[in-house]
Amino acid sequence: MTDLVSVLIDGVIYSSYLFIIAVGLTLIYGVMKILNMAHGSLYALGAYVAATLVGAWFNAGLNPYGSLALLGLAALLVGVVAGPIIERGLLRFMYGRDEVVLILVTYSVFLILEDVIKLVWGVESYSAYQPYGLLGNFDVGDLPYTVYDALLVIVAVLVGVALTFVLTRTRQGKLLLAVIHDREVSAAMGINVERVYLVTFTIGTMLAALGGALIAPKVSVVPAMGVEVIVLAFAVEVIGGLGSLPGAALGAIIVGLVRSAAVHYLPEVELFSIYLVMALVLIVRPKGLFSAVEARKI
Amino acid sequence: MRDRAVGWLGLGLVVFLAGGWWLPNWAQSLVILALGKGMVVLGLLLLMRCGLVSFGQGLYYCLGAYAAVAVGKIFRLPDSLLTSDALLMPLFGGVVAGVIAFILGFLLANYRSIFFAMLSLAFSMILYGLLIKMSVLGSSDGFNIAYSTAAGVVLRPGTHLYALYAVAAIIVFVAMLALNGYLRSHRGRLGPAIRDNELRVEYMGASVRRIVHLNYVIAAVLAGIGGGLVALSIGHIDPDLAYWTTSGEFVFVAILSGTANVAAPFAGSLLFEWIKSVAYQYTPYTWQMVLGIAMLLVIMFLPAGLWSLLGRRGRGA
Amino acid sequence: MAAILQTEGLTKRFGAVTAADDINVSIEPDTVVGLIGGNGAGKTTFINMVTGYLKPDAGTIRYAGSVITQLIPRSVTQLGICRSFQIPQLFDSLTVRDNLLAALGVVVLGGKHWASGATLASERVEAAADETLARFGLDDYRDILSGVLPEGIRKLLDIAMAMVVRPRILLLDEPTSGVSADEKFVIMDTVMAAVRANRVTILFVEHDMDIVRRYTERILAFYEGRIIADDTPDTVLDDDEVRKYVTGTTHARVTSGAGSDAAH
Repeated sequence: MTDLVSVLIDGVIYSSYLFIIAVGLTLIYGVMKILNMAHGSLYALGAYVAATLVGAWFNAGLNPYGSLALLGLAALLVGVVAGPIIERGLLRFMYGRDEVVLILVTYSVFLILEDVIKLVWGVESYSAYQPYGLLGNFDVGDLPYTVYDALLVIVAVLVGVALTFVLTRTRQGKLLLAVIHDREVSAAMGINVERVYLVTFTIGTMLAALGGALIAPKVSVVPAMGVEVIVLAFAVEVIGGLGSLPGAALGAIIVGLVRSAAVHYLPEVELFSIYLVMALVLIVRPKGLFSAVEARKI
Repeated sequence: MRDRAVGWLGLGLVVFLAGGWWLPNWAQSLVILALGKGMVVLGLLLLMRCGLVSFGQGLYYCLGAYAAVAVGKIFRLPDSLLTSDALLMPLFGGVVAGVIAFILGFLLANYRSIFFAMLSLAFSMILYGLLIKMSVLGSSDGFNIAYSTAAGVVLRPGTHLYALYAVAAIIVFVAMLALNGYLRSHRGRLGPAIRDNELRVEYMGASVRRIVHLNYVIAAVLAGIGGGLVALSIGHIDPDLAYWTTSGEFVFVAILSGTANVAAPFAGSLLFEWIKSVAYQYTPYTWQMVLGIAMLLVIMFLPAGLWSLLGRRGRGA
Repeated sequence: MAAILQTEGLTKRFGAVTAADDINVSIEPDTVVGLIGGNGAGKTTFINMVTGYLKPDAGTIRYAGSVITQLIPRSVTQLGICRSFQIPQLFDSLTVRDNLLAALGVVVLGGKHWASGATLASERVEAAADETLARFGLDDYRDILSGVLPEGIRKLLDIAMAMVVRPRILLLDEPTSGVSADEKFVIMDTVMAAVRANRVTILFVEHDMDIVRRYTERILAFYEGRIIADDTPDTVLDDDEVRKYVTGTTHARVTSGAGSDAAH
């Protein structure tokens, strides 16, 4: 029984940060129809910036609780700087090209960012462990968890709720939905599609970086981070459905639970199981578990 | 027309075989590496002509590398010609890859665009996930492989490298010849038509699925043989061969090489391996960046390199 | 003469929309039949069902006596029924000639109803392509990418590609739509001349009543998925219901000898 609870809670924690990363990917794909292969690198950037800021903060001997705000700040910085640079400086010249060509463009960005990270931070691992234990622990039964992990889950839920609210209730959000449905008609109706793209990509980048920043205190920050997470994010996307917000949540939960169960019961199949689920979903419902209807072609 | 191609390829083979004898060891190794990887890229060319980009050729590349020795280890077979021959090992790798591709192809031939890319990626990662936990195959460390004969001929010490070089050159020659003929055949010429308008091809009376399936299997066999050659050249194999970044590298070379003809993948692969080895020596932290920028430049300014992808109309700008 | 194409009780619904409602049709071989009707009346749906792109909810389709209702487009084509499309379906990145070569390549692959039955050598395929180019007046465009062709030429190529299959039934979906008024007759003349060389049954969807009157010997008028008239052109175009639902009542009737009807 304790085992099952442990699997569930670990799964939910893992799902939370997967969701934060995947929802950014979903947003970018949904609005811009781009499968952002650089998403993992942006996540890594977030982790590195966070680790650097936290490290400096603690070296300066400042109030430890402030370091938590730094995590959010790191995400904001990466989003606001990297997002527009990539979108305005590169992507906007590629709109209208084939989907696969755009994947290759983001793949190139991934390659470039991987080296940028190595150039700036080197290949040694960084750690920013301090915030992790900061808020203390609590027990669920006799299983110990940190408040930080609980915070992670709360942040994920907040992100999901906030995005849903913004998309469906606010005017800006509805403009985004319009562009998702039909870009050309939206532009014809006077929506500034270019600005929508810029904002979307920036927010998507911020979310990826947030995922990285939040995970930084829990792991050792290494160059390979981005490479590993991107395929997990893809798995989440595929399972939930490309471009669907509830899909990203469902996908994240499924991947999180599958991985958690694997780690607990059959560690040999940990990695294998996630991709197997991804393949199965692609086989059964290629458009993901939340798929839309397609119009007639001829 | 066909005779001309045979002539040129034959000449190329002679040049490679003769010249290779005089090349320093590092150059011979580089060429073998490039030829082996070029085989994978040749397969990608075939798929790209149909409008498909596979982000999972690493699956077959890895299978081809592991096949011969892995079969021996898993089934605890005694050492034989199969696990020590420079020609048989890659060929066996190609066969194994082809069988798996034939099975997976029934599924994959139904997908296009992003979903094809994602599914192919998923399968290669499944193999990766499997291999890193298989201790009989060395888990994430993999294992070393070596060869002592070539086409049954026992190799004298000092001739191992050239023997592999010659095997690689001959295999590539045959592959290029075969692919050239295929691409000139009626079935082979339908690639661009499928890429442009599958519906029309079906309405003309051809099975798009079957052609895509066939091309997928051919690409896998090529990747498997290539994987086998590269494995023998490096002397060591590990699950990274199936990791998605390996597949990404093949896609990159395929983009650079373009789809003009069957020699392009090998030319592109040679250039790539050479640049990589130089860049790695001098700037290990920036060669990926260089690749990324190069790919962007090709995408933006050299559509000929991306000819097959630009064939389809994109969404309205 | 036995009918070459027959449908019985053909029905198709898309949610609340009835695209085909108990369609019963019998087409004699070597005839030219016009399909008229407003947008959404069911003409393209009819073609889509006959060629296997859509499966009817009910009813059967017979070709030369055999039931072909559940066949897919590929099989229907191999049996000898070909179609052209409302929006030309071409291989945009290939030249006009290469489009035809690709089409011929498929026919040689399938091999089932091609005259010789054997695999053709490249030279004969190329000769066949050149001959088709000439017949359809496409020689001037042979090396131009089909993606940049004017609409009328795209239509011609679309039809030419359907013809290389040497079908026994040719279904043309709005062969002159999107084409300028003066080009319409040129296209139809070219197509008719090209197909007259072989014995082909032709059904074509058309909105221009001048064209319909000129080239057809029989008209099927569609409205809301039903066939409301099935007779000679003069009879159908004079029919009250057809005038009400399809062609319009503004213009004088044919029998009174006045000017042309135009339905748009």
